[in-house]
Amino acid sequence: MPAIQETVDQVSQIDVDQYKYGFVTDIESDRAPKGLSEDIVRFISAKKNEPDWMLEWRLDAYRRWLTMTEPTWSRVHYPKIDFEDLYYYSAPKSTPGPKSLDEVDPELLAMYEKLGIPLREREILAGVEGASDRRVAVDAVFDSVSVVTTFKEELKKAGVIFCAISEAIREYPEIVKKYLGSVVPVTDNFYATLNSAVFSDGSFVYIPEGVRCPMELSTYFRINERNTGQFERTLIIAEKGAYVSYLEGCTAPMRDENQLHAAVVELVALEDAEIKYSTVQNWYPGDKDGKGGIYNFVTKRGDCRGDRSKISWTQVETGSAITWKYPSCILRGDDSQGEFYSIAVSNGYQQVDSGTKMIHLGKNTKSRIISKGIAAGRSDNTYRGLVSAHRKASGARNFTNCDSLLIGDKCGAHTVPYIESKNASAVFEHEATTSKIADDQLFYCLQRGLSSEEAVALIVNGFVKDVIQQLPMEFAVEAQKLISISLEGSVG
Amino acid sequence: MLEIKNLHASIDGKEILRGVDLIVPTGEVHAIMGPNGSGKSTLSYVLSGRDGYDVTDGEILFDGKDIVEMPAEERASAGVFLAFQYPLEIPGVATMTFLKAAMNAQRKARGEAELTTPDFMRRVKTAAEKLNVTQEMLRRPLNVGFSGGEKKRNEILQMALLEPKLAVLDETDSGLDIDALRVVSEGVNALRDPGRSMLVITHYQRLLDHIVPDKVHVMSAGRIVRTGGPELALELEAKGYADYAGEAA
Repeated sequence: MPAIQETVDQVSQIDVDQYKYGFVTDIESDRAPKGLSEDIVRFISAKKNEPDWMLEWRLDAYRRWLTMTEPTWSRVHYPKIDFEDLYYYSAPKSTPGPKSLDEVDPELLAMYEKLGIPLREREILAGVEGASDRRVAVDAVFDSVSVVTTFKEELKKAGVIFCAISEAIREYPEIVKKYLGSVVPVTDNFYATLNSAVFSDGSFVYIPEGVRCPMELSTYFRINERNTGQFERTLIIAEKGAYVSYLEGCTAPMRDENQLHAAVVELVALEDAEIKYSTVQNWYPGDKDGKGGIYNFVTKRGDCRGDRSKISWTQVETGSAITWKYPSCILRGDDSQGEFYSIAVSNGYQQVDSGTKMIHLGKNTKSRIISKGIAAGRSDNTYRGLVSAHRKASGARNFTNCDSLLIGDKCGAHTVPYIESKNASAVFEHEATTSKIADDQLFYCLQRGLSSEEAVALIVNGFVKDVIQQLPMEFAVEAQKLISISLEGSVG
Repeated sequence: MLEIKNLHASIDGKEILRGVDLIVPTGEVHAIMGPNGSGKSTLSYVLSGRDGYDVTDGEILFDGKDIVEMPAEERASAGVFLAFQYPLEIPGVATMTFLKAAMNAQRKARGEAELTTPDFMRRVKTAAEKLNVTQEMLRRPLNVGFSGGEKKRNEILQMALLEPKLAVLDETDSGLDIDALRVVSEGVNALRDPGRSMLVITHYQRLLDHIVPDKVHVMSAGRIVRTGGPELALELEAKGYADYAGEAA
């Protein structure tokens, strides 16, 4: 209790300071002051023009958060985060809510270019029509506010809603109320609760019954304000028989101070619906001495709520100083399916503790886990996964394959699988291997004329092939490049 | 082409090569024979620039230039090829992908344009047919699940495609049955060229029935102790390496 009391004291202390500067009334400011309090939560809510129910939801989360402590069970180490030394809201410099792309700050567009957004998508962002038959809608999130949302109108024709979650809260309150927090409850964990209190923005997707989303939906994140905690909130709902593929890609510029990122993603798949969620994450991992870098503490969970529904997570994780992330599936509907395909690359002093949870509740539910961990430098790479079958989950099946590849002798790879079966008819399989890029393997490649970097890239790309194949085409090529870049300098 | 002068090399402080002198003129095929532990494989690694070997004295002149300090990949692009005794496996990387990566890496290093896909395919097809390397094998991950014979054929295929100036064949006959030995030897013989030198390292004479060398060198205790014509191999076959045991000790 003393710790909590201390927090409460600190918070009230800061309230007084902040009040002194009169920030609460300053709705026009681009950034809330450092620290967290009920007033900050109110400030964020007011900035978003949120209805009262949303504010109450946030405040409830905030009060619960005050009673919670940070989890310590993961295999990562970092200095204690001072939650009072973070900013919880910041808006980009450009005018919010542009009516068209012409109104977007050219610097932001230039940044998209640096981020390596594929040419076609940049064309779409730039308003070039007919750039491709297979279009991609981009809901770009810069720091905390959605700046550009494309193709919204066309999606609307199909009945698909794809917008900023702040907009959804105002425009589609009934849907948001029904599903927000229904997969990741407000009290789920320390960071999810924090997110619930202070989430800034994120994406909202609603695919109506029987609709196959006509394009892949894509969000690019970027953290570009100093000391800004990012609290994205994403909610995707696929109604009966609906299908959607969602891509999420992220980068961040170089910076010295650690940044906290605590996102929450909730997916809901109703009967016969399918959601495919792909992530390429390459936030700043810190410098060569392990200084700086993003703390990525994310809660991602999908609920296969309807019978025969399917949720598939694919992730390529190369960035962040610390990654703490377990995209999971609750297989509630009978015959529902969950998939998790993951590549986690760590180099330098990066720490990764990632994996998945497959919770089999319904009958004849199936899940598949393919995890490829690559550790280089002085990094630590842990796969942590849970596969469980409820007593009613007769006929549940899981196949898990966890492979680790070590580059050099100062890194670590760890596999922590939990398997719980309360139903005798469940069949769970688990395979795991750990290998090392051997000196003789490298020499073989060098002797054929490859540089050591080309050799590592070749060997690693062979190692991750099974997962790369799961990515949408446009992501697969980028992901392969990204993995090679992440491992530069890991040998020789 | 290749001139080795007084080469001394050690690994973990232990001297393995103790003053190797060897000249392989352009276009000639030389064999190095010797008992186990005489330093034959070490010589192949030192020639190709493997990490972990310290050259403590001497020179390796390749095309007149000392390559002792040159990194392995640069030696490869300059035309030094090593056919491995135990070719390595690379899971998930199709043999075809590896061939293309290697050929283009060398071309890039030499300032040549990368091969177009049709050009590459044509070259591979031509070379593969001669060595009984099937399309199916080319699609499989490099050396993964290959038989001993398939691995060695794959080595010779790489040699054919990379067109080295100097090919070092390290115990290429090991693990091969008679039929596979013939296929591999024919592949090697087809690559004999006035512009290419070869150094065939072997423990047994039988390989030299198929690949007839211009000269045979006997290596013992880290030095070339005797040099002769092809008949020297037959003599060794008959008498064994006992005569050289004294020098090995």
